Amino acid sequence: MSTIHPTPSGTRDVLPDEMREVGAIVEAMRGVFVERGYGEVHTPALEYEQVLTRGDPAAADPAYKLFDEQGNVLVLRSDMTIPIARVVSTRYVTASPPLRFCYVAHAYRSVRPQRGQDREMLQAGIELVGVPGPQGTAEALDLLCAALDAVGLAGYRVGLGDASLYPALLDAHAVPAAARGRILHELQTRDFVGLEREVEALRLGAEATEALLRVPQRRGGPEALDAAGPAADGLRAVVAQLSPEVAERVILDLGLARSLTYYTGAVFEVYDAALGAPLGGGGRYDDLLGRFGRDLPAAGWALNVERLHIALVGERRGERL
Amino acid sequence: MTGLGGLTLAVPRGAMMRETLDLLDRLGVPTAEVRANDRKLLFEEAGIVTMRPSDVATYVEAGAADIGITGKDVLAEQPDRAVYELLDLRLGPCVMVVATTAGEDRLAEALRRLGVMRVATKYPRIAARHFERTGRQAEIVEVKGSVELAPLTGLAEGIVDLTATGTTLRENGLVVREEIFASTARLIANPVAHKLRAAALDDLVARMRAALADA
Repeated sequence: MSTIHPTPSGTRDVLPDEMREVGAIVEAMRGVFVERGYGEVHTPALEYEQVLTRGDPAAADPAYKLFDEQGNVLVLRSDMTIPIARVVSTRYVTASPPLRFCYVAHAYRSVRPQRGQDREMLQAGIELVGVPGPQGTAEALDLLCAALDAVGLAGYRVGLGDASLYPALLDAHAVPAAARGRILHELQTRDFVGLEREVEALRLGAEATEALLRVPQRRGGPEALDAAGPAADGLRAVVAQLSPEVAERVILDLGLARSLTYYTGAVFEVYDAALGAPLGGGGRYDDLLGRFGRDLPAAGWALNVERLHIALVGERRGERL
Repeated sequence: MTGLGGLTLAVPRGAMMRETLDLLDRLGVPTAEVRANDRKLLFEEAGIVTMRPSDVATYVEAGAADIGITGKDVLAEQPDRAVYELLDLRLGPCVMVVATTAGEDRLAEALRRLGVMRVATKYPRIAARHFERTGRQAEIVEVKGSVELAPLTGLAEGIVDLTATGTTLRENGLVVREEIFASTARLIANPVAHKLRAAALDDLVARMRAALADA
């Protein structure tokens, strides 16, 4: 009789059939990365905790920590953006920007029991360092669509928002600092019922209340920006830079909030009707590299290769949400 | 647009079902077949799937249903579900309470004399969070049904549970000691459907708002 030796929940073995299909996806994306001048980097899966959590512990959010022989705390990386910020500031101290990097690497996150979440996930992504928004954002989005096209995903859409939009709107309506945290929390947790409660409690008058409640629910084409006034100028500038092929894929989403805290401007997520969860995403993080010592604007994104694979299989079987 | 605009809706079976179907009737969603079938779960023509309320968030998060209706109690117990909470439907009003047997407060006594109190509940995360916030040590005992039995048999000193009228509590000789929060039904949406089906979804929300305002 054979013995079953389990792997930790949220991890798995990848056998040749799947490996072949995943390999084809990765190779298609690599081809686009290289063609556009993005150099592939590899960084260690293990990093010093004090390096990875520099400046913003919440952003790195390492789920797995261990000790080395000298008692240093090591962590498994939870994404590739922070390790590459470290690489830029330590290995490219004098290199003149822009710098373009790509990667195909595993990242490690904690999971909730019985939820089918992955502890170990394969990410393919890019980092564009030293090109500010909106030009840099548009380049990152262009590459995102080119990579998805190369993989052969047909029905994907890119949700595009701006992490600074709603805070600017709160400023424009002179929302007191004490309430801001609560309001942003409701937006981040996707609770529009809670948002309505918090905004109405401010008693700001009909017009301001309407704006604060309706703007984050706007999704669609460029006309969605009209309601947001000057707060959406950042997004308008990005939209103006998009090629027609990319613009066709974009759904503007004024309430889009990504869970990572290091985003400073444009944020985006990739959707496909064949899957109930985003395939990946990214955005601008103009403050992150400064924390590691090279103050450069940056943008990047990562796609979850396994989800991309599921969506591809789903599309070919004709599944849609 | 009429009906659900091609969206799949997860409808909760149980106490909230009839009110939910009444609301859907007002939106022009055909519910006769759902009402007539107790065992059938999937009604493709109407775009409705039925399930227990606590499963609604699971199905909607995974995209197995585009939208769903479930209680705030369910969402508060599963706060990390990646779903949009779009609308308070004000159906099925309930209160999450701490209750014990009538007479001396057994929870307070346990805390004073034993340093920790045992609380039985179907909502372990809500209960743990409540006692943590109020600075009391509590040992949470998770049960799957008829929580009222726990303090009567000595499994726990008190319970955290949802109550609408208080009848079941009273019939079992229990009294409400604290109210934690009020709960009503919410309309929730899958985050991908929220973007890809934005027009149909916004239209449905607007019609639901109008129907609720009329009622």
